[in-house]
Amino acid sequence: MKTLKELGLLKGGRIGEVAGRGPLAQRLLAMGFLPGTRLRVVQIAPFGDPVTVELDGWRVSLRLQEADALRIIPDADAPANGNGNGKAHG
Amino acid sequence: MIAVADPVQTGRTIVAVIGNPNTGKSSLFSALTGIRQHVGNYPGITVERKEGRCRMGERDVTLVDLPGTYSLAALSADEQIVLDVLSGRQGSMPAPAAVVCVVDASNLRRNLFLLSQVVEIGLPVVIALNMVDEAQQRGIKIDVAALSSKLGVPVVPTVAVKGKGLDELRRAVAGVLEAPTKPRSVAWPAPVVEARAVVDEAARKQGRTLNDADLSRLVFDVEPGIAAFPGLVEARDRAHQGLRSAGHDPLSVEALVRYGHLDELLAGTVVREEGPADRRPYAIDRVFTHRVGGLLVFSLFMFFVFASVYWIARPAMDGIEWSFGRLAAWAGATLEGHAMLQSLIVDGAIAGVGGVMVFLPQILILFLFVAVLEDSGYMARAAFLMDKVFSWTGLNGKSFVPMLSSFACAVPAILTTRTIEDPKARLSTILVSPLMSCSARLPVYVLMIGAFIEPRFGPVWAGAALFAMHLLGLVVAIPIAFVINRFLLKLKPLPFILEMPPYRLPSPRGVARRMFLSGREFVVRAGTVIFAISIIVWALSYFPHRAEVGDAAAKSLPASVSEGERGRAVRSAYLEQSVLGRFGKVVQPVFAPAGFDWKTTVAVLAAFPAREVVVSTLGILYSADETQEGALRAEMTRATWPDGTRVYTPAMAMAVMVFFAFCLQCGSTMSVMAREASWKWAGFAFVYMTSLAWVAAVITFQAGRALAV
Repeated sequence: MKTLKELGLLKGGRIGEVAGRGPLAQRLLAMGFLPGTRLRVVQIAPFGDPVTVELDGWRVSLRLQEADALRIIPDADAPANGNGNGKAHG
Repeated sequence: MIAVADPVQTGRTIVAVIGNPNTGKSSLFSALTGIRQHVGNYPGITVERKEGRCRMGERDVTLVDLPGTYSLAALSADEQIVLDVLSGRQGSMPAPAAVVCVVDASNLRRNLFLLSQVVEIGLPVVIALNMVDEAQQRGIKIDVAALSSKLGVPVVPTVAVKGKGLDELRRAVAGVLEAPTKPRSVAWPAPVVEARAVVDEAARKQGRTLNDADLSRLVFDVEPGIAAFPGLVEARDRAHQGLRSAGHDPLSVEALVRYGHLDELLAGTVVREEGPADRRPYAIDRVFTHRVGGLLVFSLFMFFVFASVYWIARPAMDGIEWSFGRLAAWAGATLEGHAMLQSLIVDGAIAGVGGVMVFLPQILILFLFVAVLEDSGYMARAAFLMDKVFSWTGLNGKSFVPMLSSFACAVPAILTTRTIEDPKARLSTILVSPLMSCSARLPVYVLMIGAFIEPRFGPVWAGAALFAMHLLGLVVAIPIAFVINRFLLKLKPLPFILEMPPYRLPSPRGVARRMFLSGREFVVRAGTVIFAISIIVWALSYFPHRAEVGDAAAKSLPASVSEGERGRAVRSAYLEQSVLGRFGKVVQPVFAPAGFDWKTTVAVLAAFPAREVVVSTLGILYSADETQEGALRAEMTRATWPDGTRVYTPAMAMAVMVFFAFCLQCGSTMSVMAREASWKWAGFAFVYMTSLAWVAAVITFQAGRALAV
């Protein structure tokens, strides 16, 4: 599993785990960052932090510190995975 | 001004409006209440409290717009308010009779999570299915009737910015007020039901009855916001043990069960056409959040905002000043012969009202931009781009716009801090914003640099000095924000989770309404305080005004001097003998280490309510002929200490500028701060900025003198 930072721009995957036991983890779960949910990194801010992800049809930006709670199972290593998610902007 | 009567006293029906951020909740609130709304703070915290009146069927209700939140599990004080108000625990307001839950039709699943928590409070709920037009464009089809029957809640499709669906919404709310409906709650799995029962029973034994929402918060929250239940910790631990032994994680069980329930409910009710069309509303982000292009566009936008507030407002401000000048001249002529009344009306009342009105152009222009930036969704991008600059101080990128606006004027800028949700981050942004060099400081810089820097060091250094004075505030503000956050407010580093809404076209009506409301609020609320301060300062600089002082000054001059010069000498003598003038002489030793003479000290003191008066006060004190360009400079250059040395050296001029750069010499800013935070915090800002100003001025003067400039 990878963090969002390791995942890289325009790469997608499924949430494997929401790590941590604090209010942050609870908030992420409440916002729909559930294990198994597909997400994709769509933007990285000019100074490398925060990053914006797309999930369930909406977008949200997180600081890398917060994003570290998300452990992602990257999409199969195949370069583009067919359903349009791995390719460049829509 | 329409006053919204205190709902506690009138027993008015309260309807709360809740929803996730970016659902158009505030637009809906505004569309329902029009301009019959009132903005304030909840007692003791900088959380915006918005109330308005509207008709719901036969009833007059008070609508309360609650802060946007994703969950009733509160991370910050503004989110805590939501549950407190809904449960009737917010002391300043009775419990609402019904709730309007605003949901974004394009994001039903996430939005209904909050709804499923809210229905547990037991209040009747109506769903405003907002922005249905956008959902349609994005290929999302919603079976409204099925959704309504599955949730057990009336669902009304609306497009708030276009005023669509509002009548239906009013009827639906009136309906549930007449015949309250009981919405359907989540069916919890057995281990959760047991865990809830454990906590509920313990609460009952303590004589407390909890509603289902409170129970959820106690059982599920990592840090339950309803902290006033100390005796329940043990029961909560037992409940968690039960959950764990049944294979449920107490941290995630709520989200998993609620979302599971929603997925079942939405299956067949919402049909989403998957496809590239879904990303259209985000398309401009390829430029706007690009690491090079994004910063470029951002700089351009910000420059444009700043330039507009700074320069476009100028002619309007000049016009207002001119009009009040004409009014003052007319009043002065009319009241000729009644010296005190004339002075009170001209220098006190008219100057006071003018001093309020002159801010209006900047406020309106700034709020035009803030409304457009927010409603279009760009504000979230700006916060995203700038976040890194602020994150280490404990603030986030949302502090950028207020800080930039402060370079024009801190008064409207402080009003824009309402875009910052977290109350502590909002407070510290309010506290450092006045450090930015506002346009009212410019005349002081221009006078000092023009008189004492440029003649000696040339235009290049003059320009550099002017730029440095503007940079100074920013360089100091960010570390000060860090210190305030870390040591004073003990700001918990809040997670930065910021939704990037799709780009939307702002509605002209909504923007205009926001401009009008912020302008009206400033004039009514801050304006009265500013006016009062003007009158007080007038009195201090007028009284005792003994006639013999003026006569003596007039007679001391030879008969050959002109009428104008004699008049100036008389005015100067009166000011010197006034309460303010005497006080300045007493206080002068305090400013001596910064090189200020008593005249400069009096001018500095007179400038505390409004820094721009310093130039005119210096003009009076130095008896400079205001009709002659450069007369004041010449008089100041000639001023000497008793030992014959010059008062105004470049070092002293720099010290004066540095003092003005840091000092909170603005009654308007103070009154807006008091309104947005409290008088206590306004007082704190005054003390820290004035101390900082004094220390910095002394250091500047002493260093300059050591370097012999």
